[in-house]
Amino acid sequence: MIKHETIEKNIGLMILLIIITISGGGLAEIVPLFFQTSTTKPIEGMRTYTALEFEGRDIYIREGCNNCHSQMIRPFRAETERYGHFSTANEFVWEHPFLWGSKRTGPDLARVGGRYSDDWHRAHLYNPRDVVPESKMPAYPWLFENKLTGKDTAKKLEVQRAMGVPFTDEQIAGAQDAVQGKYEIDALVAYLQALGKTHSVYNNKR
Amino acid sequence: MSAFWSAWVSVITLAVILGCTWLLFATRKSQKFNDTTEEKVGHAFDGIEEYDNPLPQWWFKMFLGTVIFGLVYLVLYPGLGSFQGLLGWTSHNQWEEEMAHAEEVYKPVFAKYAAISVEELQLPENEKGLKMGQRMFGNNCAVCHGSAGTGAHGFPNLTDNDWLYGGAPATIKATITNGRNGGMPPWGAVLGEEGVRDVASYVLSLSGQEVDKDAAARGQGQFQALCTACHGTDAKGVQMLGAPNLTDNIWLYGGTFEKVAHTIRNGRAGMMPAHKDLLSDEKIHLITAYVYSLSNK
Repeated sequence: MIKHETIEKNIGLMILLIIITISGGGLAEIVPLFFQTSTTKPIEGMRTYTALEFEGRDIYIREGCNNCHSQMIRPFRAETERYGHFSTANEFVWEHPFLWGSKRTGPDLARVGGRYSDDWHRAHLYNPRDVVPESKMPAYPWLFENKLTGKDTAKKLEVQRAMGVPFTDEQIAGAQDAVQGKYEIDALVAYLQALGKTHSVYNNKR
Repeated sequence: MSAFWSAWVSVITLAVILGCTWLLFATRKSQKFNDTTEEKVGHAFDGIEEYDNPLPQWWFKMFLGTVIFGLVYLVLYPGLGSFQGLLGWTSHNQWEEEMAHAEEVYKPVFAKYAAISVEELQLPENEKGLKMGQRMFGNNCAVCHGSAGTGAHGFPNLTDNDWLYGGAPATIKATITNGRNGGMPPWGAVLGEEGVRDVASYVLSLSGQEVDKDAAARGQGQFQALCTACHGTDAKGVQMLGAPNLTDNIWLYGGTFEKVAHTIRNGRAGMMPAHKDLLSDEKIHLITAYVYSLSNK
């Protein structure tokens, strides 16, 4: 039997024992998910984002939208009544990184695509209070001034492809042209309108 | 889940639980609970030493309690690989039960109101149905049209009985169900800047606003040539096309000279999203009744 003192005085041994102790949860809960069809096979008919939508997604990340908005509808009636069908793992196979979020100051956005008009999104992002007086969401007026150069878009899509997202050669070749000169707001709205619309397996009627 | 991964998860899970339990007993020492000892753990810092006392009883028993809780949980609920647990619980089942229960409770209510026409829903005895419509309006429509239905810049006011596509119950229902795509083309290139300002003057004069009379007179001809196809020869609008009445001084995109000129110059593309894939027919029916009530009090 190892004595307490032995472990305390051998930092290498202590690290090893700590790793053994804490690795159980990860090995049992995380590792198997890399090998399950339900988590590695995309939902039927799913399409990739367009270059513009993908740039919008990067703006979504840059502005920290995921700090206040989740993209994860849980299987409770209270949620499916409001947001549509609950989220499933196979909808997120091509998401790098995941934007599930962990806090809802604003509503869930997993299926916000098509719920509001482009005009509404533009008005709302320019100044949320113009359309929702009680809103506490920040305004993002600079999205209407900054233009995309598309300089890195092709590279970004290539990196995504290396991680398993099936962007085609044409998409990558045309990526810069597809976004160059567009305003950031155009990209973000395109992304928001694509959320939940990249496949049509689920019935979201409620 | 394949047999391999099922076994992987089960073995690791149980090994961790048993390992923790073993550690608990292995380090317990032979003393009884609450025994104190003169023995030291063997290290001293700045002259401070620690007695090698046994674990407190409450802590020890609580640890055992969590082990037992964990094992009972793994028997009742899914956790050990493919084993589904004796209760047969899944989050999907739980959701379906919840939905089935709601269906049982609310379906008769919705069915009752679905059988009543929009006009009859305005009667006092159907007040509850209208209130349900109001709640659903709040959840689904107020984001654009405002919580009181009074609209915002670019989003129609629903309380003024001024309709782009018509205010009959069937038309309102069609608007909610299938959405609308308004489209006014930009005329800046055709009219030129001066032409735009002339037509804007004429359009504002139709609503009785003070304008430059000469400009309005010049704009009238161009209005007749270009705008009447959609807005009608009398400029009172054509609901079939969603072309607004320009004579009532109600403006979706603002009624100042600059705003109207902007609309003529750049066009507009208002869009109401379709709700047929979002809301059931019964819900759309009640929302229709509520929207109808806003202009027909």
